[in-house]
Amino acid sequence: MTARKVRVGGGQGFWGDDLDAPIRLVEGGPLDYLVLDYLAEVTMSILRKLRDRDPSAGYAGDFVQLMERIWPACAARKISVVANAGGVNPSGCADALLAVARRAGLTGKSNVGLVTGDDLMERLDELLAAGHPLANLETGAPLASIRDRVRSANAYLGAGPMVEALRQGADVVVTGRVADPALAVAALAHEFRWSLADHDRMAAAALAGHVLECGAQATGGNCMAEWWTIPDLDVVGFPIVEMEESGEFTVTKHPATGGRVDRRSVTEQIIYEIGDPTRVLTPDVVADFTTIRLTDEGNDRVRLEGIRGEPATDSYKVSIAYSAGWTVAGTLLYTWPDAVEKAQAADAQLRRRIERLGYRFDAVHTEMVGWNAGHGPMTPPAPADVPEVQLRVAVRSEDRGSVERFSREMAPLVLTGPPSVTGYAGGRAKVQEVVAYWPALIAKRAVDRQVAVEVRAV
Amino acid sequence: MTRVPLVQLAHARSGDKGDSANIGVIAHEPELYPILVEQVTTERVKAHFGDWVRGGVERYELPNLRALNFVLHGALDGGGTVSLRTDAQGKVLSAALLRLDVEVSDEVAERTRGWGRVPQGWKPEKP
Repeated sequence: MTARKVRVGGGQGFWGDDLDAPIRLVEGGPLDYLVLDYLAEVTMSILRKLRDRDPSAGYAGDFVQLMERIWPACAARKISVVANAGGVNPSGCADALLAVARRAGLTGKSNVGLVTGDDLMERLDELLAAGHPLANLETGAPLASIRDRVRSANAYLGAGPMVEALRQGADVVVTGRVADPALAVAALAHEFRWSLADHDRMAAAALAGHVLECGAQATGGNCMAEWWTIPDLDVVGFPIVEMEESGEFTVTKHPATGGRVDRRSVTEQIIYEIGDPTRVLTPDVVADFTTIRLTDEGNDRVRLEGIRGEPATDSYKVSIAYSAGWTVAGTLLYTWPDAVEKAQAADAQLRRRIERLGYRFDAVHTEMVGWNAGHGPMTPPAPADVPEVQLRVAVRSEDRGSVERFSREMAPLVLTGPPSVTGYAGGRAKVQEVVAYWPALIAKRAVDRQVAVEVRAV
Repeated sequence: MTRVPLVQLAHARSGDKGDSANIGVIAHEPELYPILVEQVTTERVKAHFGDWVRGGVERYELPNLRALNFVLHGALDGGGTVSLRTDAQGKVLSAALLRLDVEVSDEVAERTRGWGRVPQGWKPEKP
């Protein structure tokens, strides 16, 4: 007898990922849960800006459109969906979902679960006054130093509220900010009725979520190991975890999809964006990635077993976004002969010019795209006969006027600077606000009392 | 003994967390992992990145995955949205690290020759 398996697919690695990937997951083979990660570190501040303009906005609209396409198939095949697409307006996202589901004739056939309470923006002053410093995890600086510039503040919630929504009968769950792996943890904990205090199984579920959370990065996308041998990435199969009750699981993808699931693609993803591997922190568990036993079984199947976990800490991570000035980057293309020398001369000319004009920038950064933009000081000297480089100069300042003026200083180089230059047809570069990221911790008890779960019938 | 670029012995992936970057370095074969442990030290990695990494470098060992994890503090010129670099999120720091050279036996150098690089004559598949 084979062990019961629960199949969870990771259908989006970020907001902007392959729009068709979730459809391939739903239609390409057996699946029980689809988890979708839409929120990168700074997405919340972008969504808040959208909501400031339109109170009904502030969530990942792509998710609603996606559900419109896949909901009938998910309902028919009993695939549940868990997504953090709610952004800064999960309730608005749930309203939009219900409207779409009713239009699709799913009345009485589906329930939308809504998790709220991650948003701390309205409570910041109360929390500071109550003695939560929300100090910067990297620098130790107190939040008070940037308090008036904060644009969004959200705690990374754990799986608990999503499990509750599933338990109450939701088959589509939408949340605001939750820890990325928690989407899968919730699906697995609900399905197997695992206790959130079962630390080893929570560690296995968190590892599964971590492998799923960046989509095709687990199945051959962005994989360095013999990348040229990875087939059919245009129809790459997004990752699927086949979890067993024991907490042991297999990473795979649907048959007849592109990509490659092997030791190499999965290991690259396991180590992606972690710190101390013996203490990988999530709101649900502290997982020890050095206890993972990985077996490449071939045929796009990798087995992960043995992971151990310890109780989660009593804090949530908080992601705070704040306004930190203005930036613009301008580019020009210089060609053979002496492409690098011309670009360097143009850069020097530009810098003397802005100095003479008296503008002050917090940072001015020059790159030669085609030579040293990616690897900076590690780049070997430019070859003698580089066919072309793109000069890219970026500036940042608290003073918007200086940045605006800089955006007008690059184009004149086409006529006033070194020759064989082109590439300014696109017009003036666009000045953008810098929204900086402020990571902090907060006591879970200060957040949990505002967390709410609601299930609405379609 | 011969010096070879790390790309011949390992593959890697990097990403960001605030102003820190991490780089996971994975040996192509189990026998190559001890070479990484011995030679790809925090000191060498810190020196390799020079002034692109303003803070300290930490190294963690994952022998179960024949991998090392490096955390580079102050590596992103202020972090993903503040940095003026094209690679504001440190995505290609992994490849940059694989430029580092390591010393291996002639036998290992010979056996791993060309690993990590596109073979000569390779062409993308036609659609």
